Amino acid sequence: MLEHLDPVFLARVQFAFTVSFHILFPSFTIGLASWLAVLEWRWLRTGKQVYADVYKMWVKIFAVTFGMGVVSGVVLSFQFGTNWSIFSDAGGNIIGPLLGYEVLTAFFLEASFLGIMLFGWNRVSPRLHFAATVIVAAGTLVSAFWILSANSWMQTPTGFRVGEHGLLYPTDWLAVIFNPSFPYRFVHMVTAAYLTTAFTVAGIGAFYLWQKRHIAHARVMLGMAMIMAIFVAPLQLLFGDMHGLNTFAHQPAKVAAMEGLWETTRGAPLVLFGWPDQEAEITRYAVEVPKLSSLILTHSLDGEVRGLKAWPENERPPAAVVFWTFRIMVGLGLLMIATGVAAIVLYFRKRLFDARWFQYWCMALTPAGFVAVLAGWFVTEVGRQPWIVQGVLRTSDAVSPVMAQSVALSLAAFIVVYLFVFGAGTYYILHLINKGPEDGEGVYGAHGMDQPPLVTDVARKKGGRHVQS
Amino acid sequence: MFSLEGFLDLPLIWYALIATAVFLYVLLDGFDLGVGILFPFAPTDQCRDAMMNSVAPFWDGNETWLVLGGGGLLAAFPLAYAVLMPAFYIPVIVMLLGLIFRGVAFEFRFKARENTRWIWDYSFHFGSLAAAFMQGVIIGAFVQGVEVAGRSYAGGAFDWLNAYSLMTGVAVIFGYALLGATWLVMKTEDLTRQWAAKTASYTLIYQALFLAAVSISMPAINSDIRQLWFSLPNVFFLAPLPGASAVLIVLIWRGLRRGKEIGPFLMSFGLFFTGYLGIAISMWPYLVPFEITFRQAAAAPGSQSLLLVGTVVLLPVILAYVGYCYYIFRGKVSGENGYY
Repeated sequence: MLEHLDPVFLARVQFAFTVSFHILFPSFTIGLASWLAVLEWRWLRTGKQVYADVYKMWVKIFAVTFGMGVVSGVVLSFQFGTNWSIFSDAGGNIIGPLLGYEVLTAFFLEASFLGIMLFGWNRVSPRLHFAATVIVAAGTLVSAFWILSANSWMQTPTGFRVGEHGLLYPTDWLAVIFNPSFPYRFVHMVTAAYLTTAFTVAGIGAFYLWQKRHIAHARVMLGMAMIMAIFVAPLQLLFGDMHGLNTFAHQPAKVAAMEGLWETTRGAPLVLFGWPDQEAEITRYAVEVPKLSSLILTHSLDGEVRGLKAWPENERPPAAVVFWTFRIMVGLGLLMIATGVAAIVLYFRKRLFDARWFQYWCMALTPAGFVAVLAGWFVTEVGRQPWIVQGVLRTSDAVSPVMAQSVALSLAAFIVVYLFVFGAGTYYILHLINKGPEDGEGVYGAHGMDQPPLVTDVARKKGGRHVQS
Repeated sequence: MFSLEGFLDLPLIWYALIATAVFLYVLLDGFDLGVGILFPFAPTDQCRDAMMNSVAPFWDGNETWLVLGGGGLLAAFPLAYAVLMPAFYIPVIVMLLGLIFRGVAFEFRFKARENTRWIWDYSFHFGSLAAAFMQGVIIGAFVQGVEVAGRSYAGGAFDWLNAYSLMTGVAVIFGYALLGATWLVMKTEDLTRQWAAKTASYTLIYQALFLAAVSISMPAINSDIRQLWFSLPNVFFLAPLPGASAVLIVLIWRGLRRGKEIGPFLMSFGLFFTGYLGIAISMWPYLVPFEITFRQAAAAPGSQSLLLVGTVVLLPVILAYVGYCYYIFRGKVSGENGYY
């Protein structure tokens, strides 16, 4: 059976599987690291124990998630070579330095200061511990900067020339790093990570409120998450729209797949739902809003939008996957905005922390960010197909000269190991969540210090006024 | 576009930098993999807690050197990266799976209930064992040469597998065990320290045997290496290496006997250095033995220049804060020290 397998297909499935698993962890840790920094800052500023308790609970979840992110990320750094060696050879001149900078500027920073963040409580001053948290948070953002630069370059390659053996040579590094789609993709992804964290935290805060335990902690969680949802979810719609316009300018075939549009049309309708049929070259069962697609993309009611038929068949992305994952992402984004609006209304009615339906609602949306992030990546990555570097190198030409059996067996091993290991990780995270924050047993208290030193500093500056801990 | 090609021998600098990154990886992850290799043989559960605590703040940073070595190879020598990774497809994947199990064990072990903790104890052990073994297999297969056609790997899926590479796999297991044991001598107290000192002595004997076996067999299996080693003036450059190894082995042995704590660990580093240098000299100037030299595999000068600028600025900074982290967590750990 194994001899009939297609190595290109298997390599794609393997990369999709490992990268999809991996993306879940940074999506969560980017937001979580920033949030932990804010929590620690709040704690040092106010001396309120509740912030320390919440920090202590979530830093454990952060550690488990970060550990899983590291090990799944190491896999990816080698997979370029094992499965996509032709791409590594051809694109190494450009992709290599970008990934190299990610390691030099972010990975070492995160890995080193994570040690202090987790184990350094009774070894460094609170100020330095806070600095470590901030550095880890900054590291996650720097890491996102480089990896999204590399990915965006594959989507909208600029600043290079094609040389001997089909190798790609950089001609302008600024054009490579700040390629046309990079700013949009970076902002869109970081915002997505913040929202992912916000909705996870909101869901768990709502869970405690619903169970009527850890009330004070849960209010911090749900409250801070909703501030994020209120301000950032609508912004994300704006960023997403800008990103979409950028894609329309640079990757119109991807947009045609997102819209399920086959014929090049003036005044193109927005297809709300439907089923793009790649064989028949039509979108079946389409529910449309006339002219809206043209209005969004060209800001004119009868602007021209190119349909998929404008490209030869072997240059069209698989429309159904792109079409549907795009709708899942946008749909979840709209639900997030609605949640923010509901939170505002409930806040002014003083019902934010006790409306039962809202607690159910937030609990139901706990995984929303993760699903939206995955869907978004499917839109952008599947939408780029059949290219690995848009317009330059085909995915099918980039695969390693390894036997299909090797790829199939390693894929099977990855599936088994990931499900077991990351399943166990999820179990431990759920366990930590179920246990919840520990009341009053502050981070410093555990090591024989009654109060964090910095809080006493703050108290002294305020004229020796007692600060409640 | 800027390039430092006119002033600097970029491929040579990058060859040295990648070699340094890989060596730092071998040393640093070597000792924490070694701790994992020795894990189930510790006398008590408390010893195991102490062992885990001794490396928990560092393992992530240590492993980052592997990512730098791999990423650096892609950036500076993409052709070598593109040939070597498919050549070692299976050992690389098994190593990665091992590193997954080992990496998550640090977090999961302290979260698991008493009755399931053994899963993560064995994940830590077998993950470390698999990673160390596969790294040794890769080195053993590497020195025997890789088949290349055009710009791609041209061999089979199992070319890496033979008696010699299996032997080097086992050799690396014992080498890392020595690093791990001497690390534990330095970082732990009482029962754990006594046990680690005894274990270090045993692994040192095996390490000496394997070093001798590799040194004798390398020229025996490969005529290129034979010529390189025994031609003038190379013989004068190479002769000090086995001599230095022998001296270091004696010094480590004596240090362990006399209850020294830091010396044996640092001298184990030295032992790895002589071995590593021996391999590096033997492979010169190949990055894909005996097909592609580091000059042929070099990335575009513009690419090597860009990353070099960053490396020159950032590497000292990285070494400084990595050193600072080791300084913060200096001194002995105990089993009761607990997890944050």
